[in-house]
Amino acid sequence: MSKVTLTIDGIQITVPKGTTVLEAAQQAGIFIPTFCHDPELSRPGACRICVVDIPGARNMPASCVTEAGEGMVVYTDTPAIIEARKTNLELLLANHPEDCLTCHKNGNCRLQDYAYYYGVRPGAFTGEKHDYPIEDDNPFIVRDMNKCILCSKCIRMCEEIQGNNAIDFSFRGFSAKVGPAMGTTLSDTEISNCVFCGNCIAVCPVGALTEKAMLGKARQWEVEKVTTTCPYCGVGCQYDLNVKDGKVIGVTSTDGDVNGRALCVKGRFGYGFIHHPDRLTTPLIKKDGAFVEASWDEAIGLVASKLGAAKDTYGPDAVALLSSARVTNEENYLMNKLARAVIGTNNIDHCARL
Amino acid sequence: MKNLDQIREKYKEQYKEKIGKTRIVVGLGTCGIAAGGGKVMDAIKEIVAARGLDADIDFTSCIGMCYREPMVEIALAGAPSVIYGDIFADNVEALIESHIVNKTPLYELACFQIPGDATPYEGIDIMDKAPYYEKQIRSVTSRLGRINPESIVEYIATGGYEGIEKALQLDRMAVIEEVKKSGLRGRGGGGFSTGTKWSFVYGAQGDKKYAVCNADEGDPGAFMDRSVLEGDPHSILEGMMIAGYAIGADEGYIYCRAEYPIAIKRLNLAIAKAEEHGLLGDNILDSGFSFRIKIKAGAGAFVCGEETALLNSIEGLRGMPRVRPPYPAHKGLFGKPTVLNNVETYANVPFIIRNGADWYAAMGTEKSKGSKVFCLTGKVNNTGLIEVPMGITLRDIIFAIGGGIQNDRPFKAVQSGGPSGGCIPAEHLDTPIDYESLGEIGSMMGSGGLVCMDDTTCMVDVAKFFLNFTQLESCGKCTPCREGTKRMLEILQKICDGNGVIEDIDTLDRLCRVVTSSAMCGLGQTCANPISSTLRYFRDEYEAHIIDKRCPAGVCNALLVYTVLADKCTGCGACLRACPAGAITGEKKQPHKIDPAVCIKCGACIQKCKFDAIIKA
Repeated sequence: MSKVTLTIDGIQITVPKGTTVLEAAQQAGIFIPTFCHDPELSRPGACRICVVDIPGARNMPASCVTEAGEGMVVYTDTPAIIEARKTNLELLLANHPEDCLTCHKNGNCRLQDYAYYYGVRPGAFTGEKHDYPIEDDNPFIVRDMNKCILCSKCIRMCEEIQGNNAIDFSFRGFSAKVGPAMGTTLSDTEISNCVFCGNCIAVCPVGALTEKAMLGKARQWEVEKVTTTCPYCGVGCQYDLNVKDGKVIGVTSTDGDVNGRALCVKGRFGYGFIHHPDRLTTPLIKKDGAFVEASWDEAIGLVASKLGAAKDTYGPDAVALLSSARVTNEENYLMNKLARAVIGTNNIDHCARL
Repeated sequence: MKNLDQIREKYKEQYKEKIGKTRIVVGLGTCGIAAGGGKVMDAIKEIVAARGLDADIDFTSCIGMCYREPMVEIALAGAPSVIYGDIFADNVEALIESHIVNKTPLYELACFQIPGDATPYEGIDIMDKAPYYEKQIRSVTSRLGRINPESIVEYIATGGYEGIEKALQLDRMAVIEEVKKSGLRGRGGGGFSTGTKWSFVYGAQGDKKYAVCNADEGDPGAFMDRSVLEGDPHSILEGMMIAGYAIGADEGYIYCRAEYPIAIKRLNLAIAKAEEHGLLGDNILDSGFSFRIKIKAGAGAFVCGEETALLNSIEGLRGMPRVRPPYPAHKGLFGKPTVLNNVETYANVPFIIRNGADWYAAMGTEKSKGSKVFCLTGKVNNTGLIEVPMGITLRDIIFAIGGGIQNDRPFKAVQSGGPSGGCIPAEHLDTPIDYESLGEIGSMMGSGGLVCMDDTTCMVDVAKFFLNFTQLESCGKCTPCREGTKRMLEILQKICDGNGVIEDIDTLDRLCRVVTSSAMCGLGQTCANPISSTLRYFRDEYEAHIIDKRCPAGVCNALLVYTVLADKCTGCGACLRACPAGAITGEKKQPHKIDPAVCIKCGACIQKCKFDAIIKA
């Protein structure tokens, strides 16, 4: 593959042809802020926070969509670039609620981080602010479009990774807004086509999209992220259990080997069983018409003796085993061995085949 | 290869016969219809039928003198054509009586004449010598107002489709070279060399290529493209066909705004006629070249005039600009190499191929060749469509062609290039107009709108007007344009309301700089021009609004105070009766007074006062 060498802020770096200036800068350890850029998604070059100075270019090119060229000279922190970044941050803040104190994303928000980094305070521009109602008429996702900076990552996530096209831009200019067609809400699934996978939340750089059940449960820095594998199906998606004080308060995306940040509605939102009072935590054996707590040894012993008795009395084909998609391949394999080798029947099936 | 010789001869005969008869032609472009041309047409038909007159009745498009619409052309058999202006249903009978029945032109309403081979009438300007046309050249607009735009017979009889015929006999690269040599540059405002653009698409790899026409003319005060589309639709088709042949495209799209229904109707008719004549479709004139044209009507978004947003819109996507590169030349419509030109650019092409690059390059300046169509509007006496050589001065346009400023008021500024352009003050009236010079003085060629302003125009208010437009039309994709235009507009509004502070000028300055340099597409990169140019040339007006709380032009209502001049007031009471707010008091025959706390600044009193005794300042 051919390579190009360019100089960014005086640092010379050689990258494969086709690399963007942003990627080259990141490789060289040079910081460039981004809102709308995401390596997994298409590149709209829209937020303009990553603009850089390339002498000879007509304007300030967005580094996320500018290909590194041989001999190219790039400056990422000239006074004009800093002025443009600060002004664009001020413009975003001018139309953003100043409620970081109670915002769920406080401490994990790019707008907040960049404002801090560049010393930008709210109030540089006064004037109209959006006053949209907060959309929380579904059990999973809260959409606060007042906080949206229109980076469009959620739109692209939904279209390019999830494939549902539930949301897009509507209206123009200052009134532009992300939402389902016809001005409806996600809960109107006939129109929105939303499956509540929540992958939009995973890419939102600000507090516009949040997990409903996690609101008010923990500040970002109180949460311990425990990466684990989703137990729901055999795909093996990875995600982070968000744990506070030993309790799972929610699920967020991690960068899983098989799934990236994508999850389904069950994986992301179906964790309510973990601390549910009805959850079985020990085996139960029915004695005299009532379930009584038992030990595993006792329970397994009882099952083994009953299965053995059935096989002895009626033959191995009197027994059938049904396995589960929620267990791993290896466990399903063992179940198969139990049926065929131990019990001696081919009566084995699996819920995913039904 | 077949040629059109036979059919052209036949059509020339038909056309000659037609214009040799006594005929009445009504201008039915959008401007003519809006002024009442349709009613005039009905009246003419009625009068001719009732009187049993031997005269053909026909229609044409706008000849450019919008300020004299509705316009009617009358020619007696073998006599010069006389073009009349301000013809309405109530004076058309007198016109016909005079010119057709009594065979005497109605001199007081005659604008100019076109004698052809006939002896001119005395006392009526010949078109080329008429003040409005003397400094103009008619090339792209040569058929406007002269042929029936719905007739392919008249297009072919006047040299139409000679360009494509000639092009098809040339090597494809030779066609591109000819366009390059002519010096033609994009007439949509970008000013990029058309031939060079074509050569990029010619060289681009692709199993399919497209030629797209940008007819999404959206600047306030611009109607050049509409006039050409309505007046000479076949010339656009022919230009696109030549482009299609040159770059290797077999399909073309015209993206025309839906607000131009007459243009769309005439384009559809033209496409159908061209197909009937085998000029569009498979194997055109047995040359092996196939080309089809489709029309896509826009849905009313200004940003769709931006080329990549336009392509998205044709594809059925939301009209939002795409990142460039890749440029449309490499990845355009449906991802295929695409040449995208403006209406006027395409309309120039058949003339260039027919008359040769040298003919075209002889017009204009060193870097900007040929002619440019402008729309002259605003506070100028003669508003209308003009075609002038590149390099003409604004003074020639506004004073020689435009007849100066209305009511002899002083000229203050002219906005060129619509909302993306800038306000040019009097000190630059003698700048020869071309792409570079307009850029140097803080404006741009744009598509060709020229909005003239006099001393009663407030420059802060003008900047606010254009920002309001761009703010509403911003697509919302990029931060600086979406949020910046809104804040710039709010600051301008604040200044006009008398609430401005001196720091606002610096804030505006900074916003102009940041939005211009960091916005994504042409709309955002140019939307600050109306502010930066007025700040550059009329900073004192901003300061007057902010420091003195005064609007020097007397436009910004919040800053105006209505006062009665006691020495002029006769105490007639007309103002008192007219005031809807009850702000005026005074005894009869005694000077009246206006209570500024009650006054709603509607201006009703000034209109009623016969003694100029009320002033606003």
